[in-house]
Amino acid sequence: MTVRGRVAARLGDNVDTDVIYPGRFLSITDREKTAEHLFELAHPEILGRIQPGDFLVAGKNFGCGSSREQATAAVKYAGVGAIIAVSFARIFYRNSLNLGLPLLVSKDASARVHPGDELEIDVTAGVIYDQTTGESFAAAPLDPRAVELLQAGGLVPYLRKKYAA
Amino acid sequence: MRMTLAEKILARASGRESVAPDEVVVASIDLAMSHENADLVRKSFQEIGVPRVWDPERIVIIFDHRVPAESEKTAATHKAIREFVRAQEIRHFYDVGRGGICHQVLAENGHVWPGMVVVGTDSHTTTHGAFAAFATGIGATEMAGVWTEGKLWFKVPSTIRIEVAGELGPWISAKDLVLHIIGKLGADGADYRAVEFDGPVVRGMTVASRMVLANLAMEMGAKVAFTPADETLASYLAQRTGRAFAPGDLHFSPDPDARYERILVIDAGHEVREPQIACPHAVDQVKPLSEVGEVLVDQAVVGSCTNGRLEDLEIAARVVAGHRVHPRTRLLVIPASQQIYREAMRLGYLDTLIEAGAMINPPGCGPCVGVHQGILAAGEVCISSTNRNFIGRMGSKESGVYLASPAVVAASAVAGRIVHPQTVWQEVKS
Repeated sequence: MTVRGRVAARLGDNVDTDVIYPGRFLSITDREKTAEHLFELAHPEILGRIQPGDFLVAGKNFGCGSSREQATAAVKYAGVGAIIAVSFARIFYRNSLNLGLPLLVSKDASARVHPGDELEIDVTAGVIYDQTTGESFAAAPLDPRAVELLQAGGLVPYLRKKYAA
Repeated sequence: MRMTLAEKILARASGRESVAPDEVVVASIDLAMSHENADLVRKSFQEIGVPRVWDPERIVIIFDHRVPAESEKTAATHKAIREFVRAQEIRHFYDVGRGGICHQVLAENGHVWPGMVVVGTDSHTTTHGAFAAFATGIGATEMAGVWTEGKLWFKVPSTIRIEVAGELGPWISAKDLVLHIIGKLGADGADYRAVEFDGPVVRGMTVASRMVLANLAMEMGAKVAFTPADETLASYLAQRTGRAFAPGDLHFSPDPDARYERILVIDAGHEVREPQIACPHAVDQVKPLSEVGEVLVDQAVVGSCTNGRLEDLEIAARVVAGHRVHPRTRLLVIPASQQIYREAMRLGYLDTLIEAGAMINPPGCGPCVGVHQGILAAGEVCISSTNRNFIGRMGSKESGVYLASPAVVAASAVAGRIVHPQTVWQEVKS
């Protein structure tokens, strides 16, 4: 499973779910529409920079805080192809697998790729290749269950197939 | 067997003799709780396409985030959930005016029992570790999977044990203790891990105070957090369920020789000498009160799943008794549940608070999620007994929230600036 794109933005440590998706928009339950409010209060400039397939890069504990799935949905439906971070908060991590958004844990890549770099990521093998600088980074391997979920496109299609009569 | 409590519960729920950290297990779910985001769950569930939920008896739905409905959008959400609840014959449904904050409602109605696996579409589901349950937050789509299958995969967490010795001084509460711990370990200090709180200070706490510890463990990333299944818990549960368990039952306690990733010993009397404050905009930006400096307060909030229980309203009432809320400040008080509301009314706490100039909001999450009932304007400062102070959490991105104990919040409301409760208390006495 390989994805290609450009690094749209780089964020710091402990980016919380209120920063990703403010609580005032929680009444929006249409997943596509959540994208309009991505980072709206804290980093309103990021949304306009995201081209379909682009990547976000962050420090440690990305997505800490609330269990709101809108935080993952907003990232995914804004067009982000994957997030690379030093670490992710656990609920955000699971939400992303469940919505089919690849997450890569790589301290090295998080420190050394830059906004604008073109990346090629092999999600299942956990390899991040920076075409702009020629550097390659290893990401933590995914659990087989996570690979299964991502390949299915998320938990809903996975279970729909499993329970199709 | 040498298992921690998290390992023990996951072993039981996945039908194994034993489990160890980093193993992935599939556990059966004993209780699945949702609030208004049940509407998102319902949508994913209907997309999956199975006609019936796996077990309507094990699902609990409680409205709390936006009660009563603050907008037409929310009203439609509430309506859709009511229809779903009826169609699926989900009995444990707490509508507007029947419950309160989901975590308090689960607790006081005896839904949670030691050893259970509890999932909730709310990050503060860790609160139920105060009942020695493996309780954790999940997202809406994942909950749709639980409604479909009644089971979920978990990576077995390693456990950090935190033993609290010594004694909590006057005006020092569970909130101050846990804020201190979060400040020490950091916002990701317990990421993916289980936490066991124990030691004489924890065993001396009420169940309400233990819930504060388990609730806020989430703010250092914990997957689950436990306090002991002892006599105090047994008596709390006996009153609410009529059922008993043997305190110290090894089904609900870690093995004495369990293996821990880390054991942290805290001498509360030395390390937590004064009230602790989490400063904007992160829960781990914790300082002792005396280092916070002069902070004028526009709004003070006592409430939430963290600190909206009877003992919290009691201390707030005791602190403001005989005083008026400062002219520059508004004090909002939100009982965590209808039961607490009535009890606080009966005991006169609400009367004392209202006399001082507080506004009592209906039981629910109130302004903590930044939707209604006390939103902050740009430049405003709030001191709050709630659980998060992220940018824009309670309103404007140019507002700031300081987190503290109910006693500090009440005292600060009287003083119009962040103060030690002792200052206000002394004035009463003199």
